[in-house]
Amino acid sequence: MPNSQDHDTPGYVDHDTIPPANRSLMTVAGVLLLLPIVALMWVSSYARIEPKLGAFPFFIWYQFLWVFLCSACTYTAYRLVLKARPHRQMTSDAPKDQEAGR
Amino acid sequence: MNTLALATTNDHVGVNVVALTVLIALFTLVTVMGFMASKWRHAGMESLDEWGLGGRSFGTWVTWFLLGGDLYTAYTFIAVPAAMFALGSVNGFFAVPYTIVLYPIIFIFMSRLWSVSHRHGFVTTSDFVGNRYGSRGLSLVIAVTGILATMPYIALQLVGIQAVLEVIGLGGSGNVIAQDLPLFIAFAVLAAYTYSSGLRAPAIIAFVKDGLIYLVIIVAVVYLPSKVGGWDHIFAAAQHKMASPSKLTPAKPTGAYIPPATQYWAYATLALGSALALFMYPHSITATLSSKSRNTIRRNAAILPAYSFVLGLLALLGWVAIAAGTKPIGLDGVPNPQLVVPQLFEDMFPSWFAGVAFAAIAIGALVPAAIMAIAAANLFTRNIYREWLKPSATPAQEAKVGKRVSLAVKFVALVFVLTMDKQNAINFQLLGGIWILQTFPAIVFGLYTRWFHRWALIAGWAVGMIYGTAAAYNVVKPTLGGGTQHFAGSLALIPVLAQLGYIALTAFVINVIVATAATFVLRALKTPAGIDTTIKGDYFADEGDPRVKPLDEPIHLVTPSV
Repeated sequence: MPNSQDHDTPGYVDHDTIPPANRSLMTVAGVLLLLPIVALMWVSSYARIEPKLGAFPFFIWYQFLWVFLCSACTYTAYRLVLKARPHRQMTSDAPKDQEAGR
Repeated sequence: MNTLALATTNDHVGVNVVALTVLIALFTLVTVMGFMASKWRHAGMESLDEWGLGGRSFGTWVTWFLLGGDLYTAYTFIAVPAAMFALGSVNGFFAVPYTIVLYPIIFIFMSRLWSVSHRHGFVTTSDFVGNRYGSRGLSLVIAVTGILATMPYIALQLVGIQAVLEVIGLGGSGNVIAQDLPLFIAFAVLAAYTYSSGLRAPAIIAFVKDGLIYLVIIVAVVYLPSKVGGWDHIFAAAQHKMASPSKLTPAKPTGAYIPPATQYWAYATLALGSALALFMYPHSITATLSSKSRNTIRRNAAILPAYSFVLGLLALLGWVAIAAGTKPIGLDGVPNPQLVVPQLFEDMFPSWFAGVAFAAIAIGALVPAAIMAIAAANLFTRNIYREWLKPSATPAQEAKVGKRVSLAVKFVALVFVLTMDKQNAINFQLLGGIWILQTFPAIVFGLYTRWFHRWALIAGWAVGMIYGTAAAYNVVKPTLGGGTQHFAGSLALIPVLAQLGYIALTAFVINVIVATAATFVLRALKTPAGIDTTIKGDYFADEGDPRVKPLDEPIHLVTPSV
């Protein structure tokens, strides 16, 4: 695969690389995505009847609550990921033949 | 209709005429919509892309309806409350954490699959794997596993329709024609509009299906509890039933009201394993790839949990039925928990609304069944027909073969349901879940790294398949007749941990261990790794980027054979 250093074309992008990303934002997004998984895999933390919400045992309403929390986490992660790794426009696969980068 | 009514000899029913009329009216409505769908955003049905992926043009909301209609199947609506009713929370309510953790998981990798698939014109995961690893063998393995796992899933959709028809009073005992005629009609309708409209038909019908499902479940959850004595009474009745001795093995309780400490692993692994497996199914991939842009699926990961909420409410209907004293008895007089929700609706709702509810379930079967048949057809056409049988196939030929295979697949499902015991369909679906998860390493790990060796992935897959199938076979339970039944559940002891866990996830872990070890060996031996036709940037491509679709170039020419 061509190496970007070897290439003279100004603005040339080697597309055989991962587009640059803001690492700390990506990490925050990752934690947000991991949170619901860890919470729900940790069954002993919620396999109980008390405290009830109305007639609903904790076991039931807590998991319903996570439907909303998970949705919020995923949406926040979505906004963060968009910000952390802006889309890098792809150019033609044969940059020599075309004007690349503009 | 008279012949059908005569066919039922059971005392607790005749045909519920009002409910049946409403069901037929709504069914006719969606049939017309299905046929008209080919004209929606019309671009011709002459290529597999157009027929099998709806032209890859669905935006956020269409995708939301389509995926919702696709993933939350009629069988789910029948089976989840049935499990709650019969066995309690571990077997039933795990569906809630399952469909919650599902979305962060697909958020992470599905956008990559979307990007690389659109850059290279991949229609199936098998296309991706074949090109990523330069391995026709691995690609074939993924395709065959996908088709095998999908077939019983389609059959179960027909089982879902059967459950509704049985409660209405159709089917059951009687002569063969009268018994199965309604199912034949449903099948013919499904087959005909899928054939003519491809993925557009289920996409349009999904709007009606999801609307009806939301309506029915919300009405049920608001209206039914007050009729059976309120939520306090419902939870008390469920707790009482689950604690009383089981009929088959009186030493044990009937089920779990809240999972006991011995079943934490079971609950968590069922949820996680099912979540990892769901988006390996061809029908989930087909619905995802039909979306318009890379971020459509990510936005959907944030809004699809709305369906999970509804599924949780639906699960609770299984306990509402306990409090209501619902007796799910089939037309053959044998108790069948699968009938519990339709029976609850029939007992509690006015006939016309029961009809709406039944239509919701029956139409709910059509959407996923259609997408599953299309997805299986995509796999066969691209990865078996074009790859192995006729490499020179034109896009028009591909579309033609795809349509015919989708018919054949549905026909096999119909034969399956009509000739085999329902329990077999359920057993095979259980196996399907175990099998499909074994394709996860090749597909998802492949989206991130080429480290795994193609042959090592095949080895891991093979070991996972064999272990999973054997472990499922060894789950036995006594039957009422005094015999034993194999494939009696999805839980087995996890080696080393000595806890009950979901077989699919255990097999998956073994699969990964084998694939990793074999990769070290094969790399040390310097066996050829195969040619990767993708580049890193492909995994981040989006709508508007130049797309390379080398449709005229037979893929096997650039990949050495395995």
